[in-house]
Parts: sequence; C-alpha cells; structure tokens
Amino acid sequence: MKRLLIALFCILSLPVFANEPTATQAEATDKEAFSPGEMILHHIGDSHEWHFATLGDEEHGTHFTIPLPVIAYQPAKGLSVFSSSKLAHGEAYNGLKLEHEHLVAEDGSKVYDFSITKNVASLLLSAAILLLVFTAVARGYRRNHGGAPRGIQSFFEPIVIFIRDEVAKKSIGPKYERYMPYLLTIFFFIWFNNLLGLMPGAANLTGNIAVTMTLALMTLLITLASSNKNYWAHIFATPGVPKPLLLIMIPVELIGVVVKPFSLMIRLFANITAGHIVVLSFISLIFIFKSIFISPVTLAFGLFINVLELLVAILQAYIFTLLTAMYIGGAVEEHHDADYQMGGGDGADEAHVAHAAH
Amino acid sequence: MELITPNIGLIFWQLVIFLIVLFLLAKFAWKPILGSLKEREDSIESALRMADQAKLEMQQLKAGNEKLIAEARMERDKMMQEATQMANQLIEQAKNKATEEGSRMIMQAREAIQNEKHAALTEVKNTAAKLSIDIAERILRRELADAGSQQQLVDSYLKDVKLN
Repeated sequence: MKRLLIALFCILSLPVFANEPTATQAEATDKEAFSPGEMILHHIGDSHEWHFATLGDEEHGTHFTIPLPVIAYQPAKGLSVFSSSKLAHGEAYNGLKLEHEHLVAEDGSKVYDFSITKNVASLLLSAAILLLVFTAVARGYRRNHGGAPRGIQSFFEPIVIFIRDEVAKKSIGPKYERYMPYLLTIFFFIWFNNLLGLMPGAANLTGNIAVTMTLALMTLLITLASSNKNYWAHIFATPGVPKPLLLIMIPVELIGVVVKPFSLMIRLFANITAGHIVVLSFISLIFIFKSIFISPVTLAFGLFINVLELLVAILQAYIFTLLTAMYIGGAVEEHHDADYQMGGGDGADEAHVAHAAH
Repeated sequence: MELITPNIGLIFWQLVIFLIVLFLLAKFAWKPILGSLKEREDSIESALRMADQAKLEMQQLKAGNEKLIAEARMERDKMMQEATQMANQLIEQAKNKATEEGSRMIMQAREAIQNEKHAALTEVKNTAAKLSIDIAERILRRELADAGSQQQLVDSYLKDVKLN
C-alpha cells in the first residue's frame, strides 16, 4: 500500500518536473541531444564489441569494452580476421569499416560478416553454461545412480520431467522420445539466453531476429522431416472439404505450414525485444527529464518490468517448446479419425497460448 | 529496418553453435538424464508391482493358513470326540465286566458256603449220632446203681463231649 502511494505520488508529480527540463533540453539540442530511440536500438541491436560502460564523454572518456574478433569474407580478398578495436571510432582497417555497426568495404564491394559479435560471444557463453550445467546434472545421475536427486540435479529434474510429460508426451504422443533432445535443448537454450539477456550489459540474443529465425527454421525442418502421409493428406486433401474449395484450401494450408514457424520467430523476437525496450525506456526517462527525481518511477517500473521479464523468460521458452512439440505432433500423428475436433482444438489451443503470450 | 533484418553471420553462428550444443547435450546430458529417469521410473513401477504381488501372495498365504488352522481344529475336535466316545465305551465295558465278575464271584462264594455248610452239617449229624450211640453204649454197658451216679456219669460224658 505504501509503495503504491509512493508510485502514485511519483506519477502525479511527473508533470511538475517535466515542465522544467524541456526548456533546458531545447537549449542543449545543439550538441549532446539525448535520443532515447537511438540509445535503445543500439542496446537491443548487435555490436562488434562488448561495451559495458563509458565514463566521461564519448570521445575523451574511458570505455569499458571487450574488443571482439572480426571475421569478414570478401569474395575478392578472401577471409580476414582481426580485432574489432582496430575499427573503433569509425577507423578503417584492411579496407573495412563500421557504418552503424555494419561492416562495409571502403570500396563498396560485398562483405560477408561472420564476426564474433556481442551476440555471438553471448551465444558462446550460453552454450558453455548450458554444457556445464547439464553435464553436471547428468553427472549427478551417474554418481547418484538410482537414488533420489540431489543439488542441481533436483532443480532441473522437475523441469525435464515437465517438458517430457506435459509437453512432449501430450503433444507428440508415443513417438515423443526421438524429439526429446531437441525440445529440451531449445527450451533450456531459450530460457538461459532470455535470462542472460536480462543481465546488465548483456546481449539481446533471443530478441534477435536472426536467432529466432534459425530456431524456427530448425523446428520447420524437423516438422517436415518427420511428417507422414496423413500430414500431407491433410494439406492437399483436407477431409470434409468439397473438391472446388480445395483450390482455396491448398494454398491456405501451405501458407499455414510456413506461418507456424514464422509466428514462432516473431513471437520470441517481439516478446524479448519489447521487454528490453520497455526497461530501457524507463531508464531513458531519467535522461529525457534530466532530473534525479524521476528515478523512483524509473526504479519502480523498471524493477517491475524486469521481474515480469523473468517470468516472460521461462514462459516464452515454454511456449516455443510447446508449439514446436505441437507442430511435430501434428506431423507425426498416425490416425486422423478425430481430425475435425483435433484440428479445431489444436488451433484454439494455439490461439490461446499465443494470446496469453502477448 | 535494421531490427528485423537477420544478419547472415549471426544465423551462421547460431546454427553452428546450436547444433553443436544440441549434439553435445543430447549425447552427454539428455541421454543419461532421460535414461536414468526412465530407469528410476521403471524400477519404482516394478517395485510397486512386486509389492502388490507380495501383498496378494501374503493374502493367499494367510487364507491358506486359516484354512489349514480350521482343518486342524476340525480334526482335533473329531479326534477329541472319538477319544471321548472310546473312553466312555471302555469304561462301560470295564464296568460291565467288573459287575459280571463280581456277581460270578459272589455266586461261587455262595456255592462254596453252601457246600461247606452241607459238609459241616453232615459231620455234626454224624458226630452227634456217633456220640449218642457211644453214650448209649456206655450207659447200657455199665449198669449203674443209683440214679445219682448215673446222672453223674452222664454229666461227665457230656462234659467230655465238647462239641468240637
């Protein structure tokens, strides 16, 4: 109650503080105008260096930055590998330079950028964490053979069992075992990376469209690779649909095949990126109003959104895994006698989950 | 739009690293974890089934025991009954035999007594007859003078003749 009152007070006093800095901001626009949009986009985007903080101004201050390797392939010149510190402050090296975090050739020729960017570095870090954590869990099973789970093992066991029983078994059916490694890996990959993304100074990996696209494409490929004739029969000769309508139904169903992974890609990307944008927006408030008195609002709302993001982190991992399992389940389903209800229920479930996710 | 343009480099790294992670986790984490979970569940299930079976066997054993006990009890009752019957029969037999024997012995005794009595009586008769004859002979042989001495004599004889 007290906290609520404080928050309310802060909101009510907001316009009072807001009046003052707008004038000062207008005076200061000439040099260092703060652009929250640019700052936020910079933070949620990728970068060729891992920048943590800067003390002082942009040009003369101290930068706390980890330079990352740049790996560029140019059809004319071949592969070049060097540290990103050589490209700092817009300098050119080996005929390459950074333009808005994009690696371009000075002569305008095509460059394929395979650099270990901030996101790739974060990806490697998460891969190492995943491997360390789950080999430790597996070791627990070997050491503690047949016994009750202990330590880290007992934390992850219920989650693994949940994914197996509630997600894989229910959505895929008797053939679930083949898909367990993939489902567990995407679940923990997305969850761990969502959490890592919430760390201060961390990369926004699962909020990057390239990452979610790759994950969604893998789901699509697995779905198509495991599809049986019922799946295709459902697309090309939807049961209970009159022949002339198939002209419309076949394209619709084919679009559906692509739309499913597309929705996976957009959902994860949008949810995680949106969370980051909201948190960064609240932080930006301090710089927009140029007042320290706005910080309680920033703190309260930023904290609230951050805690919400902890929930979203596991929820999005769960949704991605559940929908992947459902798409695979639809592809491997054997008999389609309950097709009518199944199709309806499936779609409704999905819509429900998708609705809950936004 | 920069934000929704996938970067080829990141796609490449994501694909490579994810597949490596997937492979390594599948081999070194998921396989042993899921295997152990399955093994544990199987062992729990088999233990439960065994416990159920043991319970059933126990019940069967208990039912068998009860049947055996009931049978034994019936057997014992039967034996007891038989024994009682036999004992009664024996007692009855013994009693009958004893009564018979007793009456026979009494009869024999009675017979013997009768015989003895007859013999004694015969002897008494004989002795009395002999004595009477003897006395009469003596009286006759000695003719006594007076009645006094006669009487005396008779008395003395009579004194001699103690009924033996």
